[in-house]
Amino acid sequence: MKDINDARENPFFRRQELIGLLIFAALILVVFPAFLDTFRLNLVGKYLTYAFVTVGLVICWGYGGILSLGQGIFFGLGGYCMAMFLKLEASSVANTKIQSTPGIPDFMDWNQLTALPWFWKPFHSLPASVIAVIVVPTAFAFVIGAAMFKRRVGGVYFAIITQAVALILSILIVGQQGYTGGINGITDLRTLLGWDIRTDHAKFILYFVNCLLLLGAILLTQYVTKSKLGRILVAMREKEDRVRFSGYSVADFKIFAFCFAAALSAVGGAMFTLQVGFMSPSFVGITPSIEMVIYTAVGGRMSILGSVYGALIVNFAKTTLSESFPELWLFGLGALFIAVVLVIPDGLAGMLSHYIAPYLGKLKPASDAVNGKSPLNQTPAE
Amino acid sequence: MIVTDPAYKDPLLYVDNLSVSFDGFKAVDGVSFFVDPNEIRVIIGPNGAGKTTVLDLICGKTRATSGSIRFHDQDLTRMSENGIVKAGIGRKFQNPSIYDDLTVFENLEISFPRGRNVFGALTFKRDAEVRERIEDIAETIFLADRLDERAEYLSHGQKQWLEIGMLLIQDPELLMLDEPVAGMSVSERGKTAELLHKIIQGRSVLVIEHDMKFVEDIAHRVTVLHQGKVLSEGSMEHVKNDPKVIEVYLGH
Ligand SMILES: Nc1ncnc2c1ncn2[C@@H]1O[C@H](COP(=O)(O)OP(=O)(O)OP(=O)(O)O)[C@@H](O)[C@H]1O
Ligand SMILES: [Mg+2]
Repeated sequence: MKDINDARENPFFRRQELIGLLIFAALILVVFPAFLDTFRLNLVGKYLTYAFVTVGLVICWGYGGILSLGQGIFFGLGGYCMAMFLKLEASSVANTKIQSTPGIPDFMDWNQLTALPWFWKPFHSLPASVIAVIVVPTAFAFVIGAAMFKRRVGGVYFAIITQAVALILSILIVGQQGYTGGINGITDLRTLLGWDIRTDHAKFILYFVNCLLLLGAILLTQYVTKSKLGRILVAMREKEDRVRFSGYSVADFKIFAFCFAAALSAVGGAMFTLQVGFMSPSFVGITPSIEMVIYTAVGGRMSILGSVYGALIVNFAKTTLSESFPELWLFGLGALFIAVVLVIPDGLAGMLSHYIAPYLGKLKPASDAVNGKSPLNQTPAE
Repeated sequence: MIVTDPAYKDPLLYVDNLSVSFDGFKAVDGVSFFVDPNEIRVIIGPNGAGKTTVLDLICGKTRATSGSIRFHDQDLTRMSENGIVKAGIGRKFQNPSIYDDLTVFENLEISFPRGRNVFGALTFKRDAEVRERIEDIAETIFLADRLDERAEYLSHGQKQWLEIGMLLIQDPELLMLDEPVAGMSVSERGKTAELLHKIIQGRSVLVIEHDMKFVEDIAHRVTVLHQGKVLSEGSMEHVKNDPKVIEVYLGH
């Protein structure tokens, strides 16, 4: 009887989920900083910025069934908003007095611009820039989402359209060199309100800021998955018409899922810029967008933490392998994706709960075994 | 065409000269009928007669080419799908349409008529009212002891009941069921008939069904569709003895 009540209780965390989160928090907040040098830690910090994207994809793709192959758009826009602020700070009149127009970013000067374009002006202010980091990508996602979902465009067509938008945006950024820094992106970022972000100490601090933001994003996402909205997304993925004719505006929920994922990706992008010190169109286009989906698939698209581990593990593998076999990496990534889709559709997290949790369940009281392969799946009480 | 005198009672649903064509093919062709409050109306007819399409038109899934559908004082042909649900119409699909990955409890909860916009869904609380209502409905649809199971483990008949339960929880004034006993065992059919009689209080039911024994059990009135048109309408007794109906439908 207790099991049944537990299943309907819908607690914010089940015990296993809480343990999982604590282990993860200890790993990124204690273990990594204790055992990795600053260079490696900064690398992990970079991987963890991708985790914002994968957590968003868990909501959008895993729960909502909306496959976006364009998350690089939002990661990139968030990153660019941050980079624009840092670039303006680095382009003070004193720093750029050798330019023909001092006080504007160097690449503008090289491209014969003589004044700061209007859309750069708000990025003189940090609060405005931080707001833009969230608002610009989310508003863009809203426009795409509203245009597509209100017209009932979904599935493969939606995936292709997101990919096309990612491609167009990256081409646009590359082409408009004077406004965007072109193919090189926005580089040579130095200080944040006078604080030098290039020092080891700053990188150390930024790593922790990133970790805390990620943990916050995980908690927020956990809230969404546990709310009725999380269950509606799953229901929509399965039987869209049933949800529609139960009185819901399906398009609104899809738009929400897509915007939520975009907002998280944008925060990841901004933290990427801060930790890595530049932003470029190579993080906006098709390849990074698809890679993000692969991280999520590998980790488990129904598991928030699983997707985070997916981002970490694939990137560790990428760094290790592409040092030794740079040509083979892309093939390896493609093969990995196919293997995951065919063999473990629920990713590592799915494999873990499918093959290992039953054994753990035998060692512990039965109520702990009620975990299923996803946070949603409440197995029948035995 | 049989036209009931509109003055004799206030109908709940008034379908008037409704037509829809798909690429020139008239799937529904000038259909008119009334459904009264607290009536169980059954629509029968051969395959492809346009029965499902009529329900699609009423619930807004398909848009009419011409004609009108009045429900109380509203014209449904101009309303959004979720607006039609809010107006008080619930619809069950021909194939059981439930959420396999969710539990029976969660399936019913999604249909609970509260928190239907994004913000409402994020802040929805599973309070005592929700639980009691779900437990009540589960009792009615014979699934009280299956609430915490994933819906995919239900039998075919139980899935049909679950979907009926999902509609009941919305408490619609008009409940539309597309072949609710298809694929059910004899004893399940009996229980479904019992269920329909139980839930009729305070609402109308529009049922599409092929099983004549079941239709006799439940129908107050029967409408026969054939090639998109109303062929006959009236009591089961009347319809059964109508030579046109015997020829196109009951004869074989
Ligand atoms: N969206 C659509 N586009 C084109 N043709 C359609 C569409 N919906 C229905 N039809 C056609 O309309 C006709 C009526 O179909 P409908 O599903 O309403 O029949 P039915 O009476 O419910 O039959 P059954 O007893 O087999 O369920 C069929 O010939 C069908 O092929
Ligand atoms: Mg049909």
